[in-house]
Amino acid sequence: MTQLALVIDLNVCVGCHACVTSCKEWNTSGSSGFMTDENPYGKDPTGTFFNRVQTYEIGEFPSTETLHFPKSCLHCEDPPCVPVCPTGASYKREEDGIVLVDYDKCIGCRYCSWACPYGAREIDETQKVMKKCTLCVDRIYDESLPESERKPACVLACPTNARLFGDVHDSSSEVSVTIREEGGYQLMPEWGTKPANHYLPRRKTRMHIHEDELQRADNPLKKEERGPSKPVDGPTLDDSTSW
Amino acid sequence: MHPAFSVIFLTTLIGVGQGMFLALFTGQSYSAVELLPSQDSTQFYGYGAIIALLFLIGGLIASFFHLGRPERAWRAASQWRTSWLSREVIVLPILMFLVFVYAVMHYLGWDSVLFTSETGARLQLTLIVATLGMLATFALFICTGMIYACLKFLQEWHSPLTVINYTLLGTASGFVLATAFSQHNAPELMRFYGIWSTIITVAALITRVASLIRNANLKSKSTVQTAIGVRHNTIKQKAMGFMGGSVNTRDFFNHASLVLMKSMKWIFLLLVFPLPLVLLWLGMHENNATLLFSAFIVQYIGLLAERWYFFAQANHPQNLYYQTV
Ligand code: SF4
Ligand code: SF4
Repeated sequence: MTQLALVIDLNVCVGCHACVTSCKEWNTSGSSGFMTDENPYGKDPTGTFFNRVQTYEIGEFPSTETLHFPKSCLHCEDPPCVPVCPTGASYKREEDGIVLVDYDKCIGCRYCSWACPYGAREIDETQKVMKKCTLCVDRIYDESLPESERKPACVLACPTNARLFGDVHDSSSEVSVTIREEGGYQLMPEWGTKPANHYLPRRKTRMHIHEDELQRADNPLKKEERGPSKPVDGPTLDDSTSW
Repeated sequence: MHPAFSVIFLTTLIGVGQGMFLALFTGQSYSAVELLPSQDSTQFYGYGAIIALLFLIGGLIASFFHLGRPERAWRAASQWRTSWLSREVIVLPILMFLVFVYAVMHYLGWDSVLFTSETGARLQLTLIVATLGMLATFALFICTGMIYACLKFLQEWHSPLTVINYTLLGTASGFVLATAFSQHNAPELMRFYGIWSTIITVAALITRVASLIRNANLKSKSTVQTAIGVRHNTIKQKAMGFMGGSVNTRDFFNHASLVLMKSMKWIFLLLVFPLPLVLLWLGMHENNATLLFSAFIVQYIGLLAERWYFFAQANHPQNLYYQTV
């Protein structure tokens, strides 16, 4: 079984919103478009986004840390949003685990958005159907694109490479290895939704230098207490043999 | 959650319709075993069922205002295996059909007695339809309640009390309406319905207060720590990623002040329970239709407030992600 997912490294995300804008750009003109924008230049701009970047402050001044936190549909392995849909418009694909909405079936009842604890589903106020991240399903299988570009738009856009994309069921894939080795975790594990997307925590790389590393205790020269011999005044072996 | 008026009207209106139909069923089954005098088919059961049907239709119409794409509503019947909403969409028309058949049969007098027992109990054809309708009524209460009760992370709703309250409150309002209706159309049944209305309303008071107490003591399972997966006692959101609001800020917050929330609770507790009961008993005592109907209307307005509060009180975990602009 395949379960495609994103792994988001909070350690390197700088909160630049490049993933947000490239997501909107790709998807508003892609097969899941368009994505409504009301008053884009007005007082209260609002509209549909599949991906949002939020910012949190951890700790109290002066010992605070800023965390930028991108959030989109997590493509849960046990998605509570799917069984509640009365029309079957919401479904999870067998072949790659992507959770999608069929816009031609959706009646816009909003029930699935109530059933997602993460607030990942947003109804499109113009088309009146439910929308959410598709993992760029119209792009990752597109053979007219070069292989290296068959990735979600957000992954390609991220300037710090904070977003990895791959199959989390394949234990040797880049994403699986990263999750295992870098402490990847899921959001709100308490609801048993088993999100496929994982997050990598903030990690501090600290350097520890011990005293004995500055002063080499086992320096062989020190041990024998004898420095190299000084230059000699008289003729050397070389002098007498080099003729 | 943001209380949507379409859903408030849907649930309260079908509740009245269901309760009214249950009242007719109760009346007819009592009279079948001769515990109550039998009533005129057209005047009482026929018109009564039509009133119940009108409330059900009203609820159905209200529900369409909730949909973004009402023209595709028929699709909602397809996922009955997993979705309580889908089950509701199936049971509601079945109930409406049964109530309609019941009304027509009474109206046209198609009500042959199938058999009579030695003690004089009669099994009428309409009673069979009414029994099916009663089953559909309860099924509909369960579906409606389960739509909310099945969402486990909406902890305020995730309780059997949700289903019980929907059932009792809907039934109570239907019985109060039946009391007012019988004052003119079946005066002998007025007291019978009045007493049942009182019993059901008091039962509903107990279970609704139980759910208020339960919700007051709830501890949210999700916290901002589990939401973003950082272990630190002090985490403050500094930006939600946009400034003009979104569906997430509009649909999931009640946007009500604390004062409004508090007062709404007392308003509904007053309007649904004690006030209609006082009006009901005064009305029965004076045999006054105006008082009896005002008991129903007061209780219905109270139920609108109750449903508003039911939605407004539910705290969706996604709100953790939208704490500050
Ligand atoms: S994140 Fe929400 S919308 Fe996405 S699969 Fe999970 S429950 Fe469904
Ligand atoms: S809004 Fe659409 S996708 Fe969501 S539950 Fe309703 S019909 Fe299904």
